[in-house]
Amino acid sequence: MSSQAIFYKTPKDLPREEWFASGHRLCAGCGAGIAARLVFKAIRGPTVVVNPTGCVEVSTSCYPYTAWKIPYVHVAFENAAAVASGIVEAMKILNKKRGKKLHDVIVFAGDGGTFDIGFQALSGALERGHNMLYICYDNEAYMNTGIQRSGATPIGAATTTSPAGKVIPGKQERKKDLIAIAVAHRIPYAATASISHPLDLVNKVRKALEIEGPKVLHVLAPCVPGWRYPPAETVRIARLAVETRYFPVYEVEYGRVRINIKVKEPKPLEEFLKMQGRFSHLLRPENAHVLEALKKAVEENWERLVKLEESGVTL
Amino acid sequence: MSAKKIVEPIVKGQFTYRDLPIGAMIPIPATSLEYKTGVWRTRQPKIDYGRCIKCLLCWVFCPDAAIKRLDDDSVKVDYEYCKGCGVCETVCPVKAISMEEV
Amino acid sequence: MARQAQERIAIMGDEAVALAVKQSNVDVIAAYPITPQTIIVERLSEYVANGELDAAFIQAESEHSALSICVGASLAGARVFTSTASQGLALMHEIVYATSSMRVPMVMAIANRSLNAPLNIHCEHGDVMPERDSGWVHLFATNVQEAYDLTFIAFKLSEHSDVQLPVSVNLDAFILTHSVEPLTPISDDDASRFLPPRQPLYSIDFDNPATFGTMALPDTYMEFKYQLKEAAERAGQVYPKVAEEYARISGRRYWYFNSYMADDADAIVLVLGSTYGTLKAAARRLRESGLKVGVIGLTMFRPFPENQLVELLKNAKSLIVMDRAYSYGGLGGPLYMETLAMLYRNGLRVPAMNVVYGLGGRDFRLDEAESVLKMALDGARRGRFDEHVIWWGVRA
Repeated sequence: MSSQAIFYKTPKDLPREEWFASGHRLCAGCGAGIAARLVFKAIRGPTVVVNPTGCVEVSTSCYPYTAWKIPYVHVAFENAAAVASGIVEAMKILNKKRGKKLHDVIVFAGDGGTFDIGFQALSGALERGHNMLYICYDNEAYMNTGIQRSGATPIGAATTTSPAGKVIPGKQERKKDLIAIAVAHRIPYAATASISHPLDLVNKVRKALEIEGPKVLHVLAPCVPGWRYPPAETVRIARLAVETRYFPVYEVEYGRVRINIKVKEPKPLEEFLKMQGRFSHLLRPENAHVLEALKKAVEENWERLVKLEESGVTL
Repeated sequence: MSAKKIVEPIVKGQFTYRDLPIGAMIPIPATSLEYKTGVWRTRQPKIDYGRCIKCLLCWVFCPDAAIKRLDDDSVKVDYEYCKGCGVCETVCPVKAISMEEV
Repeated sequence: MARQAQERIAIMGDEAVALAVKQSNVDVIAAYPITPQTIIVERLSEYVANGELDAAFIQAESEHSALSICVGASLAGARVFTSTASQGLALMHEIVYATSSMRVPMVMAIANRSLNAPLNIHCEHGDVMPERDSGWVHLFATNVQEAYDLTFIAFKLSEHSDVQLPVSVNLDAFILTHSVEPLTPISDDDASRFLPPRQPLYSIDFDNPATFGTMALPDTYMEFKYQLKEAAERAGQVYPKVAEEYARISGRRYWYFNSYMADDADAIVLVLGSTYGTLKAAARRLRESGLKVGVIGLTMFRPFPENQLVELLKNAKSLIVMDRAYSYGGLGGPLYMETLAMLYRNGLRVPAMNVVYGLGGRDFRLDEAESVLKMALDGARRGRFDEHVIWWGVRA
């Protein structure tokens, strides 16, 4: 299929059906909630969602209340990719032997369940090549347990286990490059998306579903209590993340990088940072070196992607 | 089986283990519709239909599916579920939505 | 229906289990290699690779994922098998509990091996005992034929509408997994009649969307756990019916335990796994000299067959419980502690002692079995034992 396929041109093209129903208990203004609603608007037929332990799990499947209108499976925190592997292969063999209807299998996992504890299961599933779409909604820390740092937390961010202390001002390590790691498995499709750009997001979901094999989609989903900003600002902050090049929106199709949102003149990173309590200490003079480190990480990442795209090299 | 039939006995505490599906499974979809998150709200959106251009962005971005998209692509707030986050107000390109105190 | 002619073959325990799985209409197999279970998954992968078995074979990147794959596949409606041992089972531990509590049918063969440290690959029941309280049904084979037969019984029991629980089939590391013994298999046709394709009570289905694996708060959590308790106990009631059905096609009748001359015995030794065979041979010798000893080898450890055991033990004058595992800092081995509780709450004041033996694969020979039986007889004669727990053969 064409790599430029557009399934949804305007918001009006999005289906009315809400597969992710009202009445869930995610926070007011939750970025992951926006991600979940949009992702499942893009399903193309029978679909099952596998959701590891996390914010979305506890908020949408607390007995007797489920927000799901499609089959939903939660088993544990670190095994979503493995559970999904089992479902994919069972569907395939049961379809062959007994005519069971095939289902698309979508994992919807947080960054803790993806970058950290679920990392091995994800790598195993990608290597085995199961036909699944693995989506990470990334709010850049363990929000469900009260905002602890994860492998997805950026340099400088304050969390409850990487606090902005006098000696150590926030997290000192870089964010793990999930897409680079996913692509290293030579999977057919990996991409990033932001909830601020919903048409890009839903088209990527739908496009990924059309591709056979394992696919990874990394979605930025701001968190009101974790990033410390007013709930109305979720989409605005996600958009600033893209417009400052903090979160590049790109895809890697059969190893070829394409930046989907070209940010020619990035806004100053401070515009993104200053809206969030988790970064407030970075704007103080004594922490200028940390701010510089974050800016350097952001610029390096962007330039690397531009070079990869321009060179046309196959990863 | 209806959502009410699953939810009510739990809310009222009138059930035994025999009444529950096995393995803590919920056998039907979207029972969360019985959980009215609208009570969380301290502010609420008001739509100025004179300004609304039916762009649907508030519908697209609502984390709670609490903005309903009607047949003619006009929108309506579902106050049973609206948590009052105000995302709809910030994404509205024509300032047709304003947040008011409840 | 007449049974088809059955031919005797010579086969290793691991291979016998693989053969039973192949004949069980299994749909998905997921596992991770670990000694001494490896041969089971090697054979199964060969069956699949050669087209002899129409199933998905998935080698996971860990046991944790292997069991997770099985949970997903079973929820999708497949008949599912995995096998592991020792460290692998310990790595699965979290998902072992999720499997039973989510009421996901499947069968797991466990090649019982010691748990690290020190590293050791030999026989012990210390790997399965941490899974004792999980709600799984735990069956123990005393020989290769039993490992084979119990695999069929395990699938039928696991998927039974009144049970819906995972079942483990335990076979002693090397002593059974790698020993070639005679086996009389059932025919493929009989196997298919006994285990037709799985008909799940519920499964992942877009047309009937269910939410599996919910969070339950204090208002319902205990009721879900009470369901698990009831189901585990019901498994004990369903088991003899399944075993009887299996007896009709195989001619081999399984019960909660094997027993050798326990009915009129003064002194009884209770054990799990292959050591039953050793004790039985020793008891036969002692019986020839007129010594009234008996042996019980427990086939079903979970659910614990209390009533049936009490019936058999009520006239005994002494009891030695042999454990190939230990609860460090506790009162003894797991089987011993369970048995003591059973005796006490049924008003049986039979003197009981714990012999802990064979840890990390230390040999337990025929002459040693004879010594243990004589020790039991001595307890019967004196009406008491001098110690609660002894570690057999330890250089102390």
